[in-house]
Amino acid sequence: MNNNINIKHMRLKGLVVKELLQIWRDPSSLAIAFVLPVVLLLLFGYGVSLDAKHVPLGWVIEKSTPETSSFSAAFARSEYFQNSYYADMNAAKRAMQLRKINAIIRLREDFSRELFKQNSPAIQVIIDGVDANTARLISGYVQGAWSEWLTHLAEVRGIELARPVITEHRIWYNSAVLSKDFLVPGLIAVIMTLIGALLTAMVMAREWERGTLEAMIATPVTMGEVLLGKLIPYYLLGMGGMLLSIVMAVFLFDVPLRGSFWILMLTGTLFLLVALGMGLLISIVAKNQFVAGQIAIIVTFLPAFILSGFIFDIGSMPAVVQGFTYLISARYFVAILQTVFLTGNIWAVILLNAAALLLMALLFFKMALKKAPKRLE
Amino acid sequence: MWSQIVALLIKEFLAIVKDKKSRFVLIGPPIIQLFVFGYGATFDLDQVPIAIYNEDQSIASRDFVKRFTASTAFTQTLTITHNEQIKPALDEKKVLAILHLGPHFSRDLYTGRQSAIAQILIDGRDSNTALIALNYMQSILAQFNLDWAKQHHLNLPPAQLRIRAWFNPNLESRWFIVSGIIGLLTLVVTILVTALSIAREREQGTFDQLLVTPFTPFQILVGKALPGLIIGVIEASFIIFMAVFWFKLPMVGSLAALYLGVFLFVFSVIGVGLMISSLAVTQQQGLLGAFLFIVPAIILSGFATPIANMPELVQKLTLINPLRYFLVIVRGVFLEGLPAEVLFSQYWPLAIIGVVTLSGAAWMFRRRMY
Amino acid sequence: MTDSSEPVDTLALACHQVCKQFTVGQRTVEALSDVSLSVTKSSVVGLVGPDGAGKTTLLRLAAGLLVADSGAISVFGQDCDRQVDSVHQLIGYMPQRFGLYEDLSVGENLNLYADLHGVSQVERQQRFDDLMHMTGLASFTQRLAGKLSGGMKQKLGLACTLLSQPQLLLLDEPSVGVDPVSRRELWSIIEHQVKTNGMTVVLSTAYLDEAERCDEVVLLDEGNKLDQNTPAYFNKLMQGRSYRARHAELSNRHLQTLLSGQTGIVDAVIQGDSVRVVSESKDLLESPAFKQISDKLTIETTSPRLEDAFIALLRQRHPVAVAKTDHSAVKPESPLSDEVVIQVDHVDRWFGQFQAVKKLSFTVNRGEIFGLLGANGAGKTTTFRMLCGLLPPSNGQLRVVGVDLRKAAAKARARIGYMSQKFSLYSALSVKQNLEFFSSAYGLRNAKREQCMQWALQQFDLVVDQDNESGDLPLGYKQRLAMACALMHEPEILFLDEPTSGVDPLARREFWNRTNQLAASGVTVLVTTHFMEEAEYCDRLIIMRDGDILIAGTPAEIKQQVTTAELPEPTMEDAFIQLVEAKQSNE
Repeated sequence: MNNNINIKHMRLKGLVVKELLQIWRDPSSLAIAFVLPVVLLLLFGYGVSLDAKHVPLGWVIEKSTPETSSFSAAFARSEYFQNSYYADMNAAKRAMQLRKINAIIRLREDFSRELFKQNSPAIQVIIDGVDANTARLISGYVQGAWSEWLTHLAEVRGIELARPVITEHRIWYNSAVLSKDFLVPGLIAVIMTLIGALLTAMVMAREWERGTLEAMIATPVTMGEVLLGKLIPYYLLGMGGMLLSIVMAVFLFDVPLRGSFWILMLTGTLFLLVALGMGLLISIVAKNQFVAGQIAIIVTFLPAFILSGFIFDIGSMPAVVQGFTYLISARYFVAILQTVFLTGNIWAVILLNAAALLLMALLFFKMALKKAPKRLE
Repeated sequence: MWSQIVALLIKEFLAIVKDKKSRFVLIGPPIIQLFVFGYGATFDLDQVPIAIYNEDQSIASRDFVKRFTASTAFTQTLTITHNEQIKPALDEKKVLAILHLGPHFSRDLYTGRQSAIAQILIDGRDSNTALIALNYMQSILAQFNLDWAKQHHLNLPPAQLRIRAWFNPNLESRWFIVSGIIGLLTLVVTILVTALSIAREREQGTFDQLLVTPFTPFQILVGKALPGLIIGVIEASFIIFMAVFWFKLPMVGSLAALYLGVFLFVFSVIGVGLMISSLAVTQQQGLLGAFLFIVPAIILSGFATPIANMPELVQKLTLINPLRYFLVIVRGVFLEGLPAEVLFSQYWPLAIIGVVTLSGAAWMFRRRMY
Repeated sequence: MTDSSEPVDTLALACHQVCKQFTVGQRTVEALSDVSLSVTKSSVVGLVGPDGAGKTTLLRLAAGLLVADSGAISVFGQDCDRQVDSVHQLIGYMPQRFGLYEDLSVGENLNLYADLHGVSQVERQQRFDDLMHMTGLASFTQRLAGKLSGGMKQKLGLACTLLSQPQLLLLDEPSVGVDPVSRRELWSIIEHQVKTNGMTVVLSTAYLDEAERCDEVVLLDEGNKLDQNTPAYFNKLMQGRSYRARHAELSNRHLQTLLSGQTGIVDAVIQGDSVRVVSESKDLLESPAFKQISDKLTIETTSPRLEDAFIALLRQRHPVAVAKTDHSAVKPESPLSDEVVIQVDHVDRWFGQFQAVKKLSFTVNRGEIFGLLGANGAGKTTTFRMLCGLLPPSNGQLRVVGVDLRKAAAKARARIGYMSQKFSLYSALSVKQNLEFFSSAYGLRNAKREQCMQWALQQFDLVVDQDNESGDLPLGYKQRLAMACALMHEPEILFLDEPTSGVDPLARREFWNRTNQLAASGVTVLVTTHFMEEAEYCDRLIIMRDGDILIAGTPAEIKQQVTTAELPEPTMEDAFIQLVEAKQSNE
């Protein structure tokens, strides 16, 4: 019996060593594991930002007065805006068409006069609505600058400003509302999906194609050992990629890590198991690198990108699409990552999502084992 | 000479259409992506869960709260009665935001001695959603203030904002995303068709066969580029059709201006695709190369996040990205109705990228003709 | 030996009414139908048969890699479906491409398979030493398997399967693409294992001379077992039907072309300095083909060989497979032209640190069949690709019809036809679409094009299959289609790279008949092959080894070099082995 276990260990060790040697000698799998995360993190950490700053504003001031100057100065002071001035609406429209400015603020000729008469003159704001998200952010910024100016005006003139209700808002966990703090943790899930599913799907299919699996499964090795022999090296590779991502997130991008590092690694393990299980299943079904790569990109990478809550808020999706996101493992891991990084160890979030991941991992392995008999068909 | 190119074209199309795998690549993913993106990718808030913590319980405070809960952006899923409930509600992601009215809300509101305070607590983990939700709430509040002032004959603010959005008056982000998908999917499909085409023939050995025939390298290149052009344009047309008739996007500009852009865009992408293809020896390398081009091209295109928000250096980098120009063209034509003259500044960079990459592909292809 | 009344558990392999079907494209292929056979312990059994006969399927079923649709198959009494785990303890299996990890070194591959077979550390070193000694790989343990030559890969693959000292060794085409020296070494290893360890070996092979060394031969065709018996039995069947013929005026090649496909003649191939003829009946001279030329013909009977029986048995089942020979094309002897059409002058080719071709020089005259022989990795294909302009030489000059094809104008390429190793066709396109494409590629148009395509369909027997996808065709048909595509534009020079690799003896005969006709009509043919016996079809040839010319000359001249008193009639294979050994002892 003892001897039997020894032989099992020997077979597994042999498979793991073989796989590690292959990874080491194949630059493309190392590139996917370590270069791709760095590139993606740099792209997202530096390249992508939802925070609009220095929004180019076009001003059309039909008659310049001290009031119009004080109004535009309120915007010039803000880091959100960058002012430029146009002689008339046509010139400003043209600039907007050429994407030189994102919004136009127009102060009519009678602005100061009406202001003195307390007729509450209208300030016309026209925002380029093509990018609805940015448009909304700009509209918020404009309102902020406007109310600041109102307060300032009231102070100067000593009049009381009717403001029945004012808000006092606090943004928890990310008080500076930096999008990198939100994007970088989520990105880790995307990167691990790539390493886990894409890489395993391809390497297993490669063994089918090259006929090496044929020789291997004619030995006393069991299919469980073959799968485990793939799993362990890519698990190590995936955790390596995750560690690299966490280090970069914390030390390069200054994302706060408020929760426990070990919880991250533990839940990362669960998620990686799901991704690896999925990759193995894909390659068992596809048996061909080209198809495996295609399927992996479509069923793992894209959903992880779009439907995981990594960029787009799941709560705002249509009900059907929301229901669909429950099938996507990245969704659970993104929730854990964002919480552990920015909030802390919130067990209600962690346990629930980890349980979902565990369930999916078990499911995928059961399916992979079932679909992988020691046969060529 | 043209009859030989026609023969190449027929062969190329038959190879794509008759092969189950490549047929799938052309038809399956685009449709899936169109719907997943079209419906899933949105920045609009819809029925976002919020909690109400109203310590005042007067008619005025309930009226105030109702303005929030009646909005389609928010839905009240939780009522909070104690301070201790606040933290777990946000921590555990039960709600995105909490609207808190203190016990003196209505007193302050009626007396007007000091402004009543509405406290808003927002989960900032998703910074973008948090900001948008906050903006929504602020504008609800501003409207409330204005209405209240009018009703109670208080001083109106000395000046008012009249905000209007051009081109997309209801600020539907689906218009923005779906129009972006036209560029995105055309890019993906065209790259996949071209980036694998030479690599596939190399792997199957038919490329050698092709090279020993009297075809000139130019003919082979044209034979490889034209199918990509035709398929890319058809793909774009299909998505344009779906955008207009399924997703109900307005199409205010001229089709001619749009198609000039489609043509130039596909042309430039083919150049990139063939360049990848002439470098790749196996299909796997081709796939990896395609992937390494597609991901940054999409991220740095302005598809989801504005280029203007990127650091200076990255913004410069986007100048070589064909998708960047095409997105301006599609959105400009679809939503703004920009004429071709205005779009000229977007056309010429595409043409230059196309010419440079195609000559690059031709050069590498000649060099690697062994 | 075939007595099935023996107790089942002493049989190394027993198949009982095994059936297996596959779906390829839209067709269902009967890979094995109702096959029963038994293999006794410590015997060596060869599976032979044309492509698609079911050899690989049978081996995979025995290895438990496939499950039979019906029937039972067992190894030492263990069922290959239900008791597959115990079967895997008993067998060693080497698939067609040896199943090696090319990015692992020799030592790493061995260690992996030792681990998989659970060979303990104590035993391991001893076995490694034995196997390395036996295979001569000892000095290469650090080298990556992918960088080994075909023969070394084969020996490493074998070593990996022998690590566990299996009771039953299953080898699928172990000697494809391997040079004769390595093949001989493989056989000595196999025979050693049978003798010392009582191992049972079942192997499939395309080489019938190899099958002749087996204790028993199983002949399969289209999933049916035609016969199973000893080689001696098969040879006895043919007793008195094998002859050697020579003609006073006609060359062997012309004689062979003339005789093959005639009624009463089952087979005609060039062997050494005569044509080997297998007749349908015992009396060859009665056949009408001999009537007209018998006066100048010398005929003697010769001892039959397995290949004669093989062809005779298959021809009974496939009478249509006989090539249509257009006798009008066979012109009487004309002296070879001395116009040089291909010139290779001191050509080197390096791939990084590896020199694939070393200072190669040779010339080919118009109308010649010129052979480039050698094992996989000898440098044949590299030379070939340089000649076609697909690869630039590192040094030296190549000229084809007076130009360097790499630099010449596109239309110079219209004068050559090229058929690559893998019979590269557009697999998604139908036979007709492939022909249409290549005819357009060579600028054929309208009526001329139609005429050429009809010719190709007729000449190569492709009419029935013209609308089938070429990817679904059997290998022999792919080869025909590839040749049709290369010939439609009537090239002056034909480049054929490994045209017979993996193709069964019947299709190979067909192929050489066609090639002979082409040469006779004035086409220059440059052909590479790793089948040494095919050298006989060439006017002149060079044998390459490690990028170098081992020897050059006419087949007769080459064999002359190794003719001794003990070996009065050497085959080309004997010549190769002798020359390699002579060279190695010199070094």
